[in-house]
Amino acid sequence: MRSVRLVAVAWSLQLKMRSRSAFDGLLSLLWPAFFATTIFMMFRQGGASGPALLSAAVGSSAMGIWSAVSTTAAFALQMERRQGTLELFVLAPQPFALLLVPLTLSMATIGAYSMVATLLWGRFAFGIHISIADPLGFVVAVVVTVFAIGMLGMLIAISSIRYRSAWALGSAIEMPVWLICGFLVAIDDLPAWVRPLSAVLAPTWGVSAMRAAAAGHSPWADLGRCVLAAAAYGAIATVVSRWMVRSARAHATLALS
Amino acid sequence: MNSLRIFFVGGLTSYRALFNWLTPWILVPTFLLTPLFQIFLFVYIGRTAGVSDDRFFLIGNAVVNAAVPCLFAMGNTIGGERNFGTLPLLIASPARRVPLFLGRALPVILNGFLVAVFALLVGALVLRVDIPPATWGGIAVAIAVCSVSCTGLGLLGAAIALRVRETAVLSNIALGILIVFAGVNVPVDAMPGWMQAVSGWLPMTHGIEAIHALASGRSVGSVGGALLTEVGLGACYALLGLAVLRWLEWESRVRATLDTA
Repeated sequence: MRSVRLVAVAWSLQLKMRSRSAFDGLLSLLWPAFFATTIFMMFRQGGASGPALLSAAVGSSAMGIWSAVSTTAAFALQMERRQGTLELFVLAPQPFALLLVPLTLSMATIGAYSMVATLLWGRFAFGIHISIADPLGFVVAVVVTVFAIGMLGMLIAISSIRYRSAWALGSAIEMPVWLICGFLVAIDDLPAWVRPLSAVLAPTWGVSAMRAAAAGHSPWADLGRCVLAAAAYGAIATVVSRWMVRSARAHATLALS
Repeated sequence: MNSLRIFFVGGLTSYRALFNWLTPWILVPTFLLTPLFQIFLFVYIGRTAGVSDDRFFLIGNAVVNAAVPCLFAMGNTIGGERNFGTLPLLIASPARRVPLFLGRALPVILNGFLVAVFALLVGALVLRVDIPPATWGGIAVAIAVCSVSCTGLGLLGAAIALRVRETAVLSNIALGILIVFAGVNVPVDAMPGWMQAVSGWLPMTHGIEAIHALASGRSVGSVGGALLTEVGLGACYALLGLAVLRWLEWESRVRATLDTA
């Protein structure tokens, strides 16, 4: 129960902190909107309509969740280091990985704003009819996808703790994940060697569940895989963070990366 | 002579000092991998949407990536100085502003050019897109022109950075506008009328159009008009940038807001 309270309170505080900059907030809405606009125009140019356009709208809207997490999560610990709060994280009497969950979850939550904005943009600027056949399944799929992307962000944050220019890594993986997780392109259309990679990435299953719920198919099997992948990220992150923190303490390199 | 020294030596020094993307940890993911990933993303989306051919997306997305250094490095001309605490020294210096800021643009233009050429070359090899060898010379000239014109827009961004603290956010917004409006993934003539009107006033639009024509076998002379328009637009943005820089510099002195923007 204490852990749940910790995650809830820290998530709320992190969300407030991240909502302070109007300029950053504007970018988190605009950046995915630029891509969504281009994609809507491409699909319209190709004569897409009905389910194909809805599928593109759902995929484009989910891009914002990943956008909000990829670069920011990779840079999160470097930011804590700069602010002088990384040592406090390490010293806290809770597992280091658990402390990062609300951090990256708040980023994914900001991404959910942009998801709603993109769907509205598609509806009103491009006249895409957003008809969700299974609204409950869709909402659950969005919540689970936000959670899973937050967990993937946590794994990235922990893995890049020793990398001073981690933002560049985070920025570089933004588009590959859009591509290989099937946000807009069917995974079957990608080269065969990419597909195992898609299968271990939680956003693949989250987006697939959202799309299934929108089209009236059952999203639950995909959601199960998504939760499973997120849980695996949590387990890996816990092990990696213990090793990283022990190493940083032993070598006194926490602030020196 | 002093102006020439400021132009060449000052420009190179400030590029190395302010634009700290030259470490391989940043250079490889930002300038080599991201442009390729962007090309692959839009090529596959284009195939899914059933529009155009791979070459169209390859050219548009490779060339627009020249804008990354052009916009971000120029924004850092002011933003980076502020972060390092050296902006007051720069503004207080008696150096002439035109060589001071144009000199900073020169390495950036070269950087943008190399990024786009790399992305186009590697993208063409990986995707097996046929761009005839005879056309590469003209394409290189057009990419250089795009880099110059986009750096003009970057200079305007640098000027605005005297008022706006988040220069990276500003540059990202400018880059996003180029991706949507400059005919990168959707041909300009397939856009609504108001978007076509906007795109005509943006850097990259005419250059990308010229590169498409060159890649399909037309001569450099036949796209001369588009390239001249591109250079003209870049010059207009650069002049506007220098004028805004002068005005905001004066206002920052009057209001004492140089370091608090």
